Amino acid sequence: MSGHIVEQDVLERVLGTALRTGGEFAEVFVEERTSSGISLDDRKVEELSSGQDRGAGIRVVVRETTGFAHTSDLSEQGLLHAAEVASAVAREGGSGSRTVALDERRFAPPQPLVAKHHEVTKAAKVELLERADDTARSNSSAIVQVTAGYGDSRRRTQIANSDGLLTGEESLRTRLGVRCVAAGDGGMQTGYETLALTLGFELFERRSVEEVAEAAARRAVSKLGARPAPSGILPVVLRRGSGGVLFHEACGHGLEADHIVKNTSVYTDRLGDLVASPLVTLVDDGTVGPQWGCMTVDDEGHPAQRNVLIRDGILTEYMWDYMRARREGRQTSGNGRRESFRHLPMVRMTNTFLLPGQDDPDEIVAQTERGIFVAHLGGGQVNTATGDFTFGMTEAYLIENGRVTEPIRDANLIGNGPEVLSRIDAVGSDFDLAPGTCGKDGQSVPVGFGQPTLRITGVTVGGTSLA
Amino acid sequence: MPDLLGLARSIASRAVGGEQVEAYIASGRETSIRVFEHEIESLSSAESAGLGVRVVASGRVGFAWVAAIDEASAAEALAQARDNARFATPDGLGGLPDPDGRQPVDLDLWREDLVGTSTAKKVDIALDLEKSTLAGDPRIRQVVHANYADAASQSAIASSTGIEVANRRTSCSVSVYAIAADGDDSQTGYGYAAGRQVDDLDVEKAASDAVNRATRLLGAKKPASSRLTTVLDGRITAMLLALLAGTLSGEEVTKGRSLFANRLGEQVAVAELNLVDDPTNALAWGASRVDAEGLACRRNRLIADGKLLGYLYDTRSGRVAGTSSTGSAVRGGYRTTPRPGARALAIEPGELSQEEIVGRIDHGLLVQSVSGVHSGVNAVSGDFSVGAEGVMIRSGSLAEPVREVTVASTIQKMLQHVSFIGSDIDWLPGSATGLTLAIDDMSMSGS
Repeated sequence: MSGHIVEQDVLERVLGTALRTGGEFAEVFVEERTSSGISLDDRKVEELSSGQDRGAGIRVVVRETTGFAHTSDLSEQGLLHAAEVASAVAREGGSGSRTVALDERRFAPPQPLVAKHHEVTKAAKVELLERADDTARSNSSAIVQVTAGYGDSRRRTQIANSDGLLTGEESLRTRLGVRCVAAGDGGMQTGYETLALTLGFELFERRSVEEVAEAAARRAVSKLGARPAPSGILPVVLRRGSGGVLFHEACGHGLEADHIVKNTSVYTDRLGDLVASPLVTLVDDGTVGPQWGCMTVDDEGHPAQRNVLIRDGILTEYMWDYMRARREGRQTSGNGRRESFRHLPMVRMTNTFLLPGQDDPDEIVAQTERGIFVAHLGGGQVNTATGDFTFGMTEAYLIENGRVTEPIRDANLIGNGPEVLSRIDAVGSDFDLAPGTCGKDGQSVPVGFGQPTLRITGVTVGGTSLA
Repeated sequence: MPDLLGLARSIASRAVGGEQVEAYIASGRETSIRVFEHEIESLSSAESAGLGVRVVASGRVGFAWVAAIDEASAAEALAQARDNARFATPDGLGGLPDPDGRQPVDLDLWREDLVGTSTAKKVDIALDLEKSTLAGDPRIRQVVHANYADAASQSAIASSTGIEVANRRTSCSVSVYAIAADGDDSQTGYGYAAGRQVDDLDVEKAASDAVNRATRLLGAKKPASSRLTTVLDGRITAMLLALLAGTLSGEEVTKGRSLFANRLGEQVAVAELNLVDDPTNALAWGASRVDAEGLACRRNRLIADGKLLGYLYDTRSGRVAGTSSTGSAVRGGYRTTPRPGARALAIEPGELSQEEIVGRIDHGLLVQSVSGVHSGVNAVSGDFSVGAEGVMIRSGSLAEPVREVTVASTIQKMLQHVSFIGSDIDWLPGSATGLTLAIDDMSMSGS
């Protein structure tokens, strides 16, 4: 953290005011974010945009109730006003004046800050998108449209609470997304590929713009002439890195402590139980830099951690935010996150992934007589109370006699989390991670997903042709 | 109240040389309340404001936004937008709109009553909602959350080309999410209500919808795959219309990404289907006097008697297509630039209630909720595949509940297979209106 956004003595007085009506806990979350974006579409750099956002969210907790207010006025007067609004929920009088003494703590970031975006020229960012457009269009004459988007952000946070904690972090994030439309006799198809890491502009040393654009173009072209997806239960092989969203949806959300405490998860009261195939070891890890979901401290000021959620199929731990953990008298797991200072934090995943196993990825396909090979998944959605979840295939093929054959059109897969986890019968020795955005309760936060190539013995494939 | 239009005018007046400048300024006051087990779980209130500046210089567009509305922030955003414009591709069609002479319809979407409603009353509404839901059926095991939310928002747009408009609206809504349980089986149901002031909110209906949706799924099983008629509940129809709006966007059409490009006049749907986007209808949640570029909103007919009649254009896409804006610019607040989009899509209602439609179907599925819409629908290829829950229809009657299925088809085919259009119009929050819609020949994938 380079310098305070709000001075320590101001934060101490604001916390004191926030507790004046009898609150048990108060927190000030200060955030400053600058961002820039460029979009190229239809062969034109249509727009460059830049944005600046700063403000503070203040919460006051009394028993089970949280009062919250936010403001973009970071003067002492503005913060004190927000503290009064937030504390209006705790009206039962109380403890009179409280003083809060803050003790600043600094933690090592998972990723050093290198190429800051403001040191890179806008022309250099524009050139990336032009290269993406050229690469995608030269990949195949079937590519009829290319959209490429670049975005970067620098975010600084400062978190102070009435338990005396004062900390914060600074992070840089950069992303590039390329979307292609291919046209053929059977209509149009789309292909999308994203590169996104918690890095500055050195992101493009990790993977080239050309590689991203080629992947998007190839994905769109591969589906021209694709057959309708089958309808019914089939074995499904997920290629490494593509299917991590499966675990995010199938069990990740169900292991978030808010769902557990409210008894709205199928995984409530299941610690120590076999909830998945013994081949499954699932981890949520906010410390793996420079993945999209990594951080130094979470948005409640606690260091990111590596948490093993399922070990060899046995449920070992849930994910916790500080507020819920504090009520339950236990430690947070560093999973308290929020979209911005305008939002209350809640339990969220960071980078969630399945650890690699022993199987040769090629052999997994070779030993599947008939099924679906999913090379790329889109997003998904889960109902944590029933465990039913969907996830979408955006590049998939039939497997016939142990070989990947014809491409199939986009469709959703649907399954029940606990059932699907128990049906994983092969886990590859390979591994990859991919970026995503989790939209729990309407709040978007960056997350990472990962997995080795694996096979599920049966999932319902939501296509239109008879399986 | 800050003078938003005054600040917008002041920014726009700083255009120099051949430059065009547009300022969009928004401010709002929001409250949101969540209750759980008869207590407030969270109560949030805040005022926020921001502005976005668009600069067009030599045919190049630059944009910048800032989450503040003071003079210094405005000057900084203007400077940033100017600098950003230097790097865009010149484009003769990308300029700001000129006033087109159309007067906005007279719509009053602001209710002083909402602004004056006490926080205590809003909390009581949320608590009542939770209580009614719990009392609705002995099988309701718990209410996961009951919410109240409202917003009073104002915006202003001024440009150096002569646009000057101010707009304001209030809105409020409640929503509830309940779990019904019977033995080991648990199912969930959702209910909501919306309005412009708290008296508009039908809290009892929100509660009973959540109760009915959760309890009627108890005992739901995964059925065998089959081809059948799906009867879409109003909320699902609204979601389908919102997807359709994406394909009718002038931007997607002119960039060659729409299923419906170059198909004006063609029979794209059954002859009974009429679709309009009409933000001038005060009943619609998305009603608005003006669009996001400050032009008057108007009634746009998109499909008439099943024939494709038009697309939705903002200024730029209208120019590219050789026509003009249909007053259909939308934007996601001050942080983004305008794009064409729908505000108040509605299918002209038919004669039958949902019950009467179900009564005419031999083999079908009443779909009460869907999932995976963002992952399973491709608006470019038209492929449509979503997770679904609902109740089977057998010989004209509701039969057993089902879960963990998908329903699939293509958007193109679904429009050609609409067999019944309900009379039960429901002015839902969002950009589209709900009503019951029956669609034949859908694939249901189960076991």
